[in-house]
Amino acid sequence: MAKITYIEHNGAEHVLDVKTGLTVMEGAVKNNVPGIDADCGGACACATCHVYVDDAWLAKTGDKSAMEESMLDFAENVEPNSRLACQIKMTDALDGLVVRLPESQH
Amino acid sequence: MSEKPSHIVIIGAGHAGGTAAALLRQYDFQGPITLIGEEPIPPYQRPPLSKAWLKGEADADSLALKPLEFYAENGIDFRPNVQVTAIDRQAKGLTLSDGGSLSYDIAILATGARPIRLPIPGADLDGVLELRTAADAEALKAALGPGKTVAVVGGGYIGLEAAASARSLGANVIILEREARILARVACETLSTFFQTYHEARGVQFELGASATGFAGKDGKVTGVTLADGRTLACDLVLVGVGVAPNEELAKAAGLECARGVVVNLEARTSDPSIFAIGDVAQRPMPIYENRMFRMESVPNALEQAKQAACAITGRPAPAGETPWQWSDQYDLKLQIAGYPFDADQILVRGDPTSNKFAIFHLKGDQLQSVEAINSPPEFMMGRQLIGNRKPVNASRLADTSISMKEVAA
Ligand SMILES: Cc1cc2nc3c(=O)[nH]c(=O)nc-3n(C[C@H](O)[C@H](O)[C@H](O)COP(=O)(O)OP(=O)(O)OC[C@H]3O[C@@H](n4cnc5c(N)ncnc54)[C@H](O)[C@@H]3O)c2cc1C
Ligand code: FES
Repeated sequence: MAKITYIEHNGAEHVLDVKTGLTVMEGAVKNNVPGIDADCGGACACATCHVYVDDAWLAKTGDKSAMEESMLDFAENVEPNSRLACQIKMTDALDGLVVRLPESQH
Repeated sequence: MSEKPSHIVIIGAGHAGGTAAALLRQYDFQGPITLIGEEPIPPYQRPPLSKAWLKGEADADSLALKPLEFYAENGIDFRPNVQVTAIDRQAKGLTLSDGGSLSYDIAILATGARPIRLPIPGADLDGVLELRTAADAEALKAALGPGKTVAVVGGGYIGLEAAASARSLGANVIILEREARILARVACETLSTFFQTYHEARGVQFELGASATGFAGKDGKVTGVTLADGRTLACDLVLVGVGVAPNEELAKAAGLECARGVVVNLEARTSDPSIFAIGDVAQRPMPIYENRMFRMESVPNALEQAKQAACAITGRPAPAGETPWQWSDQYDLKLQIAGYPFDADQILVRGDPTSNKFAIFHLKGDQLQSVEAINSPPEFMMGRQLIGNRKPVNASRLADTSISMKEVAA
């Protein structure tokens, strides 16, 4: 288990224990955290699992694949710390991760 | 103001039904929700069954939409292994396969679709499989393995995905297609040719224009597929993937309007205002195509209609008309499709198919109707936007890869 804090656009915080091996997207969806739609279930095909990774954690979440990079390029309100949550797998090293959710995924 | 409905019953615990239950709670619906499903497990995603899961890259946990505890924790009475066998609309009651009955104030039909079975001799032999449920996928995975030969009857997306996954498990694959090309009903010729070539290069054999007339067997187990031309192709197992039919019988018997699917309006409401229908079972209007009626078989459609129904029930504004889309993964190819090529009069290709990175656009006059993008997220994302906003498109700029998709769409 590793802790993730999801902060909705309206400021609502959800602190959850997520099984390592699951993705940051799965942690939100399986716990019904609103704000991550994840239409494609993690296939890196929809860009509706967009999150902003807290700067302190950005480096630890690893590099983006070319596919993720390219999908993100066309998402709304992209920032340097934008990631697709389905492409970040939880590990013990990410215990405590903080991500913020955009206003909308579409 | 109408009173708050007291009891919502969702019939069918698949992608659409499970999503509707969760959304109703997200939208603060306070009344009781019952979710009835004939499968033994809580709602799960089917797409990985032919892709990552089949290849062993995803576990059962990751298939589930929500963990089992979610339903009890959120006051959703989830009842697995139960089938709804009749709807009495006058009494607002349901008959259940376990001998029980249930009353509803609002019912949501989310019964999905089922694979079409081939009416040919030998179809009930062991080893003649289909792929819709997790149980089907378990059976398929157990039967596949290095050196096994699988005959895939039907060259649609699910058959092609299963073929790619079977190859990565070391099995031999023959794809039998009745039409002259694979994907004949859903894609243009360029895409059919591209996929066939890609699969052939990875060892998949094709038999086109090949009608299966029977399955040969020994001791109750399939040993081959017999074709209309008299040949029998030997195999260890068969995967039949010739399309699906909507599970609309329940609705028909209850007198709801059906037309190859349960007919609904933009709120996902059927001809009975107390009954909604969502997902693969629904025949629905498509706002971006002048409300043309269509039955889709895709996860984004199931999600959208779950949203429509949940919004209508909780009095939220309806979601804006969406651009339908879907995807397929085969080997290292990612196909993303947006829209449908209704009444298209021009097909153009952007990029070079031999580079395994290109997109096919379908235009009706100067409007983009659909795009099929292979390993090309910009073409998919911008194409989807153009389909949705109905902006006129300049075809020659669209075909010109030296102009970026952002510029084309600007
Ligand atoms: C192998 C495979 C791969 C796919 N890949 C993709 C993909 O890549 N992208 C994509 O967008 N879509 C894909 N799809 C399609 C997608 O899975 C479906 O569109 C989606 O599951 C539809 O959801 P649904 O809830 O309408 O139907 P289902 O998910 O089929 O759920 C219906 C449920 O209702 C139950 N049921 C039926 N009748 C009754 C009854 N009378 N009483 C109780 N329960 C009942 C059924 O048993 C079933 O569990 C794929 C499908 C398959 C099978
Ligand atoms: S869930 Fe679709 S891209 Fe992440």
